[in-house]
Parts: sequence; C-alpha cells; structure tokens
Amino acid sequence: MSTTTIKVDMLSRVEGEGGLYVKVRNDKVQEVKLKLFEPPRFFEAFLQGRQYTEAPDITARICGICPVAYQMSSIHAMEDALGIKVEGQLRELRRLLYCGEWIESHVLHVYMLHAPDFLGYQDAIQLAKDFPDAVKRGLRMKKIGNEIVTLIGGREIHPINVRVGGFYRVPTKREMLPLKENLEWAREAAIETILWVATLPYPDFEQDYEFVALRHPDEYPFNEGHVVSSKGLDITVQQYEEFFREEHVEHSTALHSVLRGTDNYFVGPLARYNLNFDKLPSHIQKIAQDIGLEPPVQNPFKSIIVRAIETLYAIEEALRIIEQYERPAYPYVETTPHAGMGCGCTEAPRGILYHRYRIDEDGAILDAKITPPTSQNQKTIEKDVWHFVEQALDLPQDQLVWQCEQAVRNYDPCISCSTHYLKLELDRE
Amino acid sequence: MTHEKKQKPKLAVWKFASCDGCQLSILDCEDELLVVAGAVEIAYFPEATRAVVRGPYDVSLVEGSVTTYHDAKRIQQIRANSKFLVTIGACATSGGIQALRNFKNVDDFIRIVYARPSYIETLERSTPIAEHVFVDFELRGCPINKYQLVEVLSAYLHGRKPNTPAYSVCVECKRRGTTCVMVASGTPCLGPVTHAGCGALCPAYHRGCYGCFGPMETPNTASLSAQWQALGVDEEGLVRAFRGFNAYSEAFRKESQAHEHDDD
Repeated sequence: MSTTTIKVDMLSRVEGEGGLYVKVRNDKVQEVKLKLFEPPRFFEAFLQGRQYTEAPDITARICGICPVAYQMSSIHAMEDALGIKVEGQLRELRRLLYCGEWIESHVLHVYMLHAPDFLGYQDAIQLAKDFPDAVKRGLRMKKIGNEIVTLIGGREIHPINVRVGGFYRVPTKREMLPLKENLEWAREAAIETILWVATLPYPDFEQDYEFVALRHPDEYPFNEGHVVSSKGLDITVQQYEEFFREEHVEHSTALHSVLRGTDNYFVGPLARYNLNFDKLPSHIQKIAQDIGLEPPVQNPFKSIIVRAIETLYAIEEALRIIEQYERPAYPYVETTPHAGMGCGCTEAPRGILYHRYRIDEDGAILDAKITPPTSQNQKTIEKDVWHFVEQALDLPQDQLVWQCEQAVRNYDPCISCSTHYLKLELDRE
Repeated sequence: MTHEKKQKPKLAVWKFASCDGCQLSILDCEDELLVVAGAVEIAYFPEATRAVVRGPYDVSLVEGSVTTYHDAKRIQQIRANSKFLVTIGACATSGGIQALRNFKNVDDFIRIVYARPSYIETLERSTPIAEHVFVDFELRGCPINKYQLVEVLSAYLHGRKPNTPAYSVCVECKRRGTTCVMVASGTPCLGPVTHAGCGALCPAYHRGCYGCFGPMETPNTASLSAQWQALGVDEEGLVRAFRGFNAYSEAFRKESQAHEHDDD
C-alpha cells in the first residue's frame, strides 16, 4: 500500500494565507483540504450598530485587492433597503470605477500571479528577466486600471469617494481626458495579452461545472442583474439566500457556500463569460472565436485567457463611458434612513459578491451577511484538485505539487476576503 | 557581474490579520517595482512569489495585527530573524478595524459570525505589533501610501531616516490649497487630529477626513470633539468616529471611551 501526501504549507501568489492538503492512497485521492488559516476578523459582528452610511468604507477593508466590489455590493444593498435607484451618469461612473478594478485585478493575476506558473517561473520578477516586454506591458496596463480607480475613487486601495446614493465628488469632463489616451494604448495591449496567453500550454482538464454569475438584459454584468446558472437557475438577488447556503467546516476559517443544499458551483470570470458571451461586443466575440475559446469553456486553467478577454472588455467599456460622460449636476442622490432590509450582489473580479443588511429607522445596521466569491468557489477548488491529482499522479512529486497550486490559482482565490467575515446564520436552539 | 553578485539586503513581507491591501501597495508600485526588485533580494513574499530564501532577513515588512495565540508566537520568531522591522499600515500599527472587538466580548462576535464557535481560535484583543516586539519603524495608513513605502525602503538602503512627517492632515490640506470643509461647509472632519500621509484626500473630494492614518503627534482630540458637538454630532457619533481603522491607538481609544456611556 502506498500513501502519498501533497502538502503545500503556504500557497503563494494568492491573496491572503492558505494551504493545501491532499491525501492519496493506492492511486486514489482520499482527501483534499484547502485550508484557509487567515485569522477571523468578524466584520459582520462589528458592523452591528454602525450607520448604514459607513458600510462602504468599513467593508472595503475586508479586501485590499477588490475594495470597489465591497463598496459596490454594500451601496446597492443599502439602496435596496432604502428603495432608491441611482441612474444616469452616476450609474455609469460606478461602472467605470468597477472597470478600473477589473483591469487592475485581472492584469495583476494574469501577469504577476498566474502566467509564471504556465512558463515555469517562481514569480513575475523572474519572468521579467526573460520576458521583459510582457511584464512591463502588464505593469503599465495595471497602472491604467489603478488610474481609473484613483480618479473616480480618490486612491487605488480603499477608495474614499463612494457613498450610498452616489459619490462625494464627481470628476469634470476635463479630468477624464488623460485617461482616454492611456486606455487607447491599453486596448491594443489587451489584445496582445489575449494572443500571448492563448499560446500558453494548457493541461487537458475539463469538468462539468455549474457556473453562476449575474446576467443583465442589456450589458455584460457588473452591478446589476439576475443570478443565473448554467443549469437553469434564474433568480433575483433578493432570492439569493433561498438557494445558497453556507457551511462551516473545521479546517477553514472561511465558510463553504453551497447551492440547493449540497451542490458546489463556480463563480468568477469563466462563469461570467460562459453565461454572458452574447453580451460581449461582436468584435471581442470574434477575437475569442479566433483563438478557439467558444463558450462553454470547461477548462479552469483557461480562466487566464478569459481574464485577458474581460480586461479588453473593461478597457473598451471604460472608453465608452468616458467618451459619453457628462458631469452630473449632483454627485449623489440624497438618502434618509428608514427601517428596512436590502440585498446587493455585484460581480467582483473573482465572481459574485453578495451583501445583505437590515437597518433600523435611524439607519443603524441591525445585522449583516456577506458572501464573498472565494468562499463560494472553495468546494469547487477542492473538487478540481481532487480530479486533477487523479489524472496527474505519474508526474514527479515537485511538478505535481506545483500543478496543484496552479489549479488553485485558476480561481485567483482571495483568502483575505473569504475568511474575514463570512456568515450570519445563527445555529441556535 | 561580480559587482551585481554583491549581497543585496534581504527583504521579507509578513502577513497577520489584515486585508492584504498594504502589501498589495508594493505590487501597485508599477513604475518602481522592477527597480526595487533590483535593489533588494525579495526573500520572502508569498503573495508575489513561490520562492523562499531562508532568514535572517535584513528588512521585514509586517502587515496585519496579532489576533491569535499562534500569531503572537510567530511575531517573536520574525523579530528574532529580522534586523530591521517595519510595520506597514493601520492593522500592524494600531490593531486595525478588527480591534473593534477589543471594546466588546469576543465570544459574542464569534457566535455572530460562525455557526460552530468551537472551531474558531482567537485572542480576546487584536493588538498592534509593537505590543509584542520592538518595532524599528511604523508606517501609518489604511492603506499605507505607496510612495511613503518607497521612501522608507530607499531611506533604509541609504542609511538615513525616512521622511514621513507626523503633523496633521490639516497641513497637507492647506498645502494642497483645499478649502477647509469644516469651516466652509460645517462638515465634521478628523483632519486636525489625524496623522498626515494620504495627501489630504477626503477634503479634496468634499468629505471630512475619517482618520485612516491614525492620530498625529500630540493630538488635541477633546478640543476637536467639542467642535464636532458644536456642529451637531452626538456622543454616539463621536464614539463611531474615533472607532474606525485606528480605534485601538491610544489617543483615539481614550477619546472614544470618553464619549461612551454605560447604557451602550
């Protein structure tokens, strides 16, 4: 009887700290644990008693990589509770801010966290020695994403300009102009990125997933839409908790999320792409078809190509918004608190991020629930590693370990996010 | 070539309870990153690289606060293995937003968030690194200002003291030419007691400072609270204002406690 253990004590090139444990006996996988050992930070607990207006600034601190996602989901949830709708140019500015975060986060992952795996480098700095032009292109693209977040949000990490109802200050048309020239360069760079990542070597690995993403009638989703799945789910954001539930497992400070009681599912770029391909502009669809990436894409390793395609989309969408921008007369819609409950679900770079709040008549938060993308993907990540290991057992141990890490990085897991707060279902008698 | 082989200082980046944002600031230095990587040896930085070089380390950047027994031991080992230890950001420097637990019973917090509290191991308080080990330099901010981080690293490489002024946000605001939001529009602002470093961002966006960089050197928080009350902010509002991302720093902690009453 032979027992093999694959142990990665510290997963690298992921956000936050986690490890991986796989036990194999007689060529059969016995156990896979994605261990998230980030200490809990209890956001959902200390949000209680805070004002509804504080949620965007506080929840941003859950994650330094995708603070905009937290701000967007929280303000949409609060606006749902207050029964207000933010339209027109303010809605467009929120979309633009999100484009900036997608560009910055996707490019970080494509060039600095994931590409080194495919090419056998420890990190992007080593990669830069042999591929200096590619890494420099990535850094410049990433910087342009950050410039958008900085202009609209005030700074790239934990933006200060987002509030329930809109913004504190909206940019002038003139302030927007410098972005345009850079974005036009970035559009070409994004196409080069797509063609570059399309040439990487991909393991032959396909799974039958249930993809879950937002879907909007008119646009590729950022802030709004129904929650839909590749196996027929189609619900409103308000129905989310009727279908999705979180489990607390022992090896993790994050909670696992399951659909319809038991099923694992897949959120993130691959899910969005497979469920919303028809909402991409036809010339982007054409680029995808030319490199053989017609949906449904079932190989999670190819999510790096999808991130590159979404980067191109976010750049073009940002250009569209900037070109059509007219400064709104008021930076925000006035809000007055009343008792209520609201939900928000938006597309963080890593997938859907759900927030639900109950507030009292003075606007104090009574309770909060936050479900980040990585805790939703956790079960699927473990299953992927399980199946991947079984078909790759003949690889030398160090290569197998590396490929397992790579399989985890397909999801761009954000462990800081998934651990730091998780859920609010009380297991009480 | 032989010159390049000369030992470069070994840099390590460590994470405790935090959001990752401050260490992400290193990767956000898009223009400086490859230069920094040329000047130091990145010896331990799991967010960026698989490669691990054994200690001791010349410079350790520490992000996050201590919230578990295991982490309280880990920081001791890191200190023992580091010649120069810099804390980066509000979590490492003052305990972070997660230090809000320090004002409550942490068991209640665990029960609110987790269905099975017995799986969770945590300390009662979230504490800054300096409460555990000697810290050579503290960099403020939630998040840190990436240019200040580059300043700290280049000061280290040149053997000089980093230039990160401890005066208030007001000084940066005046320098930027922003109209005072508190005087001109009656917007409550923590700028007069908050450490500089962000470049007085919030007032430039027509909102009051909310204290990301923690207390300045010798802040007069009581006087600012009186001004806020004159602007119509009640006691609960003052408690919330000082209980943000630097709630457990001494000056802000004491000021929030001064406005907290037993019925809370």
